[in-house]
Formats: sequence, C-alpha cells, structure tokens
Amino acid sequence: MAWFKRSKQNIDPESRKNDLPDGLWEKCSECAEIFHKKQLEQNLWVCSKCQFHFRIGSAEYIKVLLDDDSFKEINKKVRSADPLQFTDTKKYSDRIAGVMKSTGLYDAVRTGTGKMNGREVALACMDFKFIGGSMGSVVGEKIARLIDKAIKSKLPVIIISASGGARMMEGALSLMQMAKTSAKLAMLSEEKLPYISVLTDPTTGGTTASFAMLGDINIAEPKALIAFAGPRVIKQTIGRDLPPGFQTSEFLLEHGFIDTVVSRKELKNTISTFLELVS
Amino acid sequence: MAKTILEFEKPIAELEEKLVEMRKVSDSLHIEPEIKIIEEKVNELKESIYKNLTRWQRVQLARHPDRPYTLDYIYLMTRYFIELHGDRGVKDDKAIVGGFAQLGDQKVMIIGHQKGRDTKSNVFRNFGMPNPEGYRKALRLMKLAEKFNKPIITMIDTPGAYPGIEAEERGQAEAIARNLFEMSKLKVPVIVVIIGEGASGGALGIGVGDRILMLENCWYSVISPESCSSILWRSWDYKEQAAEALKLTAPDLLTVKVIDRIIPEPLGGAHKNHQEMADTLKAVLLEELKPLQKIKPDKLIEQRVEKFSQMGKVIE
Ligand SMILES: [Zn+2]
Repeated sequence: MAWFKRSKQNIDPESRKNDLPDGLWEKCSECAEIFHKKQLEQNLWVCSKCQFHFRIGSAEYIKVLLDDDSFKEINKKVRSADPLQFTDTKKYSDRIAGVMKSTGLYDAVRTGTGKMNGREVALACMDFKFIGGSMGSVVGEKIARLIDKAIKSKLPVIIISASGGARMMEGALSLMQMAKTSAKLAMLSEEKLPYISVLTDPTTGGTTASFAMLGDINIAEPKALIAFAGPRVIKQTIGRDLPPGFQTSEFLLEHGFIDTVVSRKELKNTISTFLELVS
Repeated sequence: MAKTILEFEKPIAELEEKLVEMRKVSDSLHIEPEIKIIEEKVNELKESIYKNLTRWQRVQLARHPDRPYTLDYIYLMTRYFIELHGDRGVKDDKAIVGGFAQLGDQKVMIIGHQKGRDTKSNVFRNFGMPNPEGYRKALRLMKLAEKFNKPIITMIDTPGAYPGIEAEERGQAEAIARNLFEMSKLKVPVIVVIIGEGASGGALGIGVGDRILMLENCWYSVISPESCSSILWRSWDYKEQAAEALKLTAPDLLTVKVIDRIIPEPLGGAHKNHQEMADTLKAVLLEELKPLQKIKPDKLIEQRVEKFSQMGKVIE
C-alpha cells in the first residue's frame, strides 16, 4: 500500500491547507476521514468512523461536560510572572506573550464552576496548546484556588488533564506545584468531597505524578498517552523498543491505575452517575 | 579509594600534591618558609575558587562521587540504626533506604535516596534512581513513624525516578503522586534535606515536609541541566547555560522560598570531610526538630499545606 505514503514535501502545512479548503474541514489523523467542523463538534470531536478522539482544549471540554452557558470562570487573568527571568533560545516572557496572543488563553488551565446535569461542580481544564499544557506557577495556583473554593462551597472537583508535565521555565517552582496541588487534594479528601481526574491525550510527567493520578476515580479517554517518563526517554534509557500499546489508557487500565476508559461521548454521564452514587 | 578530581579543583590538587612532596623533604632541606607560602597560596586559591562557583560547578560538586550519601550520614550521625526493607508488595528497592535511628537525644525515622560509589554498587543501587517500590517503601516507613509518633527526616539525592518499562507498569507516577498526597498530611514533623542531586519528581517524591534544608553545594530543580539543554536548546551542549537559567542552587532556591535554610559544607565541598559535614548536619537537624515537636499535629499539617501553597509566583 505504498501508493498512499506521502513524501515529506507533501505534508508541509501549506499543502495540508490546500487539502482542506477554507479551514472548515478537519482530517482524522487515524483514518484520514474528513469532517466538516460543525459535524465534528456535534460528535464531540470524536471521529464517527474510527472513534479517534481529536485533541481539544478547555473551550471544547466545557461544552462536552457542562450544561449550556453554566460555566463561570474564576481567576481567568492570572498569568505567569516569569519568576526566574528564564531565557533559553528565547525569553520565557516573550514566549508567554506570543502564546497568549496566538491562543487567546492566559495559561495552560482554565478553572471555574458550572452545572453538570443540574449539579454544581468545580472544573479545571487544561489546554495542551499552551506550551504543551505545562504546569508552572499559574496552573498550580489556579488549581489550588479552585480546590479551596470547592472546599468552601462543598463542591466536587473535576480536573481534565492534558499536559506534558511541569514547566521547565519556572524551574523548582514548577516542581513545587506538584506538591501544592496534591496537598490541596489531600485537604479536599479530608472534607469527604469527591475528586474526579480525567486523563486525556497526552498526560505525562509531573502532571501525571501529581493531581492526575490522585482521583477518587481516574477516568481516561480511549488511547490517550498516559505516562510518567515519556516513551522517547524510556527508549533512550533502556535501549530497546517499547511493547505495542505501552502507556496507553488501556495499558494503564490493565495495570490498575485507571478506573475506567470512557468515550468522550459518555464522559459527562459517567461522571454525573458517579457523583450521584457517592452523594 | 581513588579520589576523583573535578576540572576546577585541579589547580588546588596540584599545589596540595606539591606540598606533600615538600613536607617529606622539609627536615633535611629546611624549607619551612617556602612550605608556609604555598600553604597560604592553597588557602587563597580555595577561597577564590569555592566562593565563586558557577551553577554548573555546583552541579558537579553535588554529583561528586566521593560525596557522603544517605547511609554515610546515618552511619556518622546516629546510633542503633535499624534498616527496614521492602514495600510489602513487589520488592525491596535498593535506591531508597530507611529505618529508625537514634539521632542525639531524638528517636527518628530516616529515609533517603542511596547511590553507589563504584560501578558494582551503583548497579546494585540503580544509580539512586528509584522504582515505584522505593516510593511505596518510603511511604510505608513514614506511616510507621507516624504510628509511633516519631519525626521523619528524608534525604534527597537522586538523578531522577527510574524511567523504565516496569517502572511505568507498576505506576511510577501514581507512587510519587501518592507520596505528595500522604506526606502533606502526616501527623509528625517532617524535615527534608537535599544532600546531593534533587532531580524533579523523583526527588520531590520524598520531599514534602515542614522544613526544607539544603546543603550548600546541591542542586534541586524540575529537570537536570543536561535534559533541559536537550529539550530547549535541542542539543546536549548547553548544560552550563541551562544550569544558569534553571536557578537550581541553594542560594537561588532560598530566594524563591523553595527551601528554608542552607547548611554550610566544609571548604571545597562535603566530600572533603565527611565527619565534619555529618556533625554540622546533625547539629542543624537537632536544632530544627525541637520547635517542630511543640506544634500540635493539626496545626503542623495546616502550616505544611500553607507552606507549599505559597510557593510559586503569578501576576493577577
Ligand atoms: Zn478516524
């Protein structure tokens, strides 16, 4: 079937645009089926042909999970202070400014309250497109404040993870956000309030090794990459190929770290039912 | 034991070697004045080199193969140490050690990463890189300390949690996350000391406590300078710049309040004098433990959670 293999020159962004005119069409990266954006949205960004889950952000998850127009965002404009004045090949402050402009987001998580089938919940939702969904001071602080609010208002907490891990450009302060969010979750747990962790593609590094793995129930979307160390690092360390299906949602389910793998289309009802059963 | 000499230590080592030779012949040649001059020179050189270390040089000192490790400190600081093994699930992880010990007038639980000193012992210790069992053993011992109302001292010295197939299968991420969760609500005082390398989640996995102390020549960050270089600069060659950018030394971390206190090392580093280093650390630990033991458990937990909640900096 070599005939459909594309040459490198064929997959540059320009030619892809030509494939999909006027930005209204999207292609499934698994089965190559093409969908109109409206059609995809109606199907909650799941391929109707092969069930591939497209990567989506906070705006989309809020639509997937909450009742229409019920989301009330809190701490929306909290943004990075560049505490280390970090520079690599580019200044971190410039990087932040650029990503804020291109995404219209303030950082890699949005938090707030809303209704889920009529029940009030506290929701945090990560955006992978904001520096790989990395967790720095802002992500940690917004999640911590959301949990504080949930404790005060006696709300269940739901966190949708999509993250490459802790953000390098804030050094040890990023690392400490793992401790901060986990400590807050411990306090939430002492109040006997439920916490649901939803792991989506990809959830790796310090995010997995903190709040994403600490749900009363951990729910994963199908075929998401969920890991501590990324596959590339492991391959480099052990010097051999990784088994098929390694570090997928289904792999973690099999090894006992995920309670259930749920299609995006069932996500809202699964969480709602769980909250009903433990209330 | 063969001594390892770092690049920036060479000028000192050369002069010291010369001193040894001169002293051997000093009786017959009467060269005491010359010896004295060189001794002064060595001291000046030490002062100037060790007071102006770059961040990368400190990373190298933190990794110095002659540096004292957790078991060295336990041996040099305590009496009646009983090492406890195993996570009661899978196996005994040799990269994390721990047990009850008598530290001065205090009975404590000490838990720490453990590196090896040569190839054989490093393989045995997995280079100080724990698997999930290590973190679970650590948690088991912490719960044991809580049960018997004994304070906990953890010692951080790891190049990272081990990135392997089995580690992922057995839930490396969950093991670390669970420790962060559980450590934040332990009812006994927890003192954390960074004694060498503090690499990322693998370090933090035993790093939640009431007081965070750091020896003078250590590093602690979200990633090693080498890995940071390879990701952000797309090359392994920018480790010095990465170390600078990450601000990973004890003075850096005191400034941003990730640590509470810097513990001075003997001139030239902890490896120059294990006993002196251990004596200093022991005195500091005993001093730090006293006020913590007066705090009621509920208050202790509240303060600990608040301490970590304060970490980080944002713009409203
Ligand atoms: Zn498809």
